[in-house]
Amino acid sequence: MKAITLLTSTCVPLPLENVDTDQIIPARFLKTTEKAGCGDNLFRDWRYDKNNQPIPDFVLNNPNYKGEILVAGRNFGSGSSREHAAWAIAEYGFRVIVSSFFADIFKNNAMNNGLLPIVVSEPFLSDIFAAIASDNNATLSIDLVNQTIINNASGATETFSINAYKKECFLNGLDDIDYLLARKKEIEQFEKKHNRY
Amino acid sequence: MNTIFDKIWDAHTVAIVPDGPTQLYIDRMYCHEVTSPQAFDGLRARRLSVFRPEKIICMPDHNIPTLNQDKPIRDEIARRQVETLYKNAEDFGLTCYPIGHKKNGIIHVVGPENGLSLPGMTIVCGDSHTSTHGAVGAIAFGIGTSEVEMVLATQCIFQAKPKTMRITIDGTLNEGVTAKDMALYLISKLTTGGATGYFVEYAGEAVRNLSMEGRLTLCNLSIEMGARGGIIAPDETTFNYLKDKEFAPKGAQWDAAVNYWKTLKSDDDAVFDKELHFDAADIEPMITYGTNPGMAMPVNSTIPDVGEIGQKALAYMDFKIGEKLLGKKIDYVFLGSCTNGRIEDFRLFANYVKGKKKAENVIAWLVPGSWAVEKQLREEGLDKILIEAGFELRQPGCSACLAMNEDKVPAGKYVVSTSNRNFEGRQGPGARTILAGALVAAAAAVNGFITDPRTNRQKS
Repeated sequence: MKAITLLTSTCVPLPLENVDTDQIIPARFLKTTEKAGCGDNLFRDWRYDKNNQPIPDFVLNNPNYKGEILVAGRNFGSGSSREHAAWAIAEYGFRVIVSSFFADIFKNNAMNNGLLPIVVSEPFLSDIFAAIASDNNATLSIDLVNQTIINNASGATETFSINAYKKECFLNGLDDIDYLLARKKEIEQFEKKHNRY
Repeated sequence: MNTIFDKIWDAHTVAIVPDGPTQLYIDRMYCHEVTSPQAFDGLRARRLSVFRPEKIICMPDHNIPTLNQDKPIRDEIARRQVETLYKNAEDFGLTCYPIGHKKNGIIHVVGPENGLSLPGMTIVCGDSHTSTHGAVGAIAFGIGTSEVEMVLATQCIFQAKPKTMRITIDGTLNEGVTAKDMALYLISKLTTGGATGYFVEYAGEAVRNLSMEGRLTLCNLSIEMGARGGIIAPDETTFNYLKDKEFAPKGAQWDAAVNYWKTLKSDDDAVFDKELHFDAADIEPMITYGTNPGMAMPVNSTIPDVGEIGQKALAYMDFKIGEKLLGKKIDYVFLGSCTNGRIEDFRLFANYVKGKKKAENVIAWLVPGSWAVEKQLREEGLDKILIEAGFELRQPGCSACLAMNEDKVPAGKYVVSTSNRNFEGRQGPGARTILAGALVAAAAAVNGFITDPRTNRQKS
């Protein structure tokens, strides 16, 4: 996992609510047995028409919008547990997703792939969309150590929450599994008293 | 003053990371072909074995065809994914029920019906509808592939403890109203994000009176209001359902288990982070009109004002605000999925279509949730009723619910589907999904248009 400490980037705006994981990557692209390649199918049916031609209206096909930060409307990532959604977003090149609300499983999946989900207030989110709408080169700055996000166009700042454990993981590029593997003895101890099933 | 959720969660807490998540012990994990291959590859890359192979059950369900399962899968990529699951199960010494095995079927149907999912357990699977298993009185929730790898390697995952919500539904359901209608009603009230961050306990007379199949349907749809899972305290209905199931405890162990399971209920003074109350009498047969399960309404109602935010959904469905959907011509009917692929759903459907004929304009896919369901419906003679009415039965699998196999609804066509998601393109690129219960689906199948199953019945 790649560490994140400070990040300033332009953004790709997706001002839609309830973007579900079937839109992020449709089920027919889940037949892969690898993680690599999911990025090509990110937002597949919004991005390409049925003849696989790019749909010019869709933001990922608009050369004016690029960057490492995806900004999306509330309840991003609802629906299925497919981690392919997080793999697709990460492989495409995003490292941070900003929204006012994330679905639970997606949020966990994102964090397990070094993709930082940042929850901001509705007004702050609206201001970001407004800033990008007036200038596609508008940037956001993320400071993970201080847990702040800055809308550089307006100067507005908000703090965001992340638990201390996950913060350490992001700052140091560590995975949960490394942590769990180091605790095998405690797990075996636990099993001695928990033997019902 | 604990909730049932707290009791089970606390009993599985190995440790709490300071200012961090809970390290939670998992009693049962199910693996299917779509969300597990990268997890097994992760184990190989780290040169790890599976920590507790006896707690893991594998079966393919998402990709598998629903016709000619005795022949190789024609889609080469799907076939490779299913074969990868078989190889991973073999390499790591795990139980696997392959295509055609008498215990194969949709994981969330197979688990409970074999007693693999039991009260008091923690249960996970790389599938959001793992919430289904909460109906037996377990903490069950969907996880991602990284977490599948963690459970394979350590039988544990890290999880933030969710908040608790109790949804109490008092009173009695009206005739013609099913557990599916109850769930769609709740999602329409709460919206698809209304229970995000919560684990839901369902309680009240109307929930108590549900059969085990109905409870599985209700808990299955918990994720559609954003909840991590849903749980129903185990009672006599649960014990009667589980007794004599192959993997349920037997003899003295059964008695001891039931004694423990009876303690798994929320204390009278338990405090929930949120409590909601509904009256079963207010619930009618439901259908969806938009592109998320929260966009649902009574079947005989008109599409409400969805505002600007809902316009994209209505445009996709080619519906209008104020439009009535009763009488709307439909093209496909899908009975099946982990939501409504159980014996009771087939009984409801068969009972409705008995002596009637499938409408000529309708293509119907009737897909049992498992081979056990298929066997039972044949034993009950439901297959004959269905065939007599012009339907055919297909073979078990997830099928048109997410259309990973060949069961895809063509672009622009309307499908009345007993599955769980009406997202854009879910049942095939451009497909238009109207979610409903088995009775509304049966009524649509014989009439060829949206019908209130309580009234406008086709003449026999």
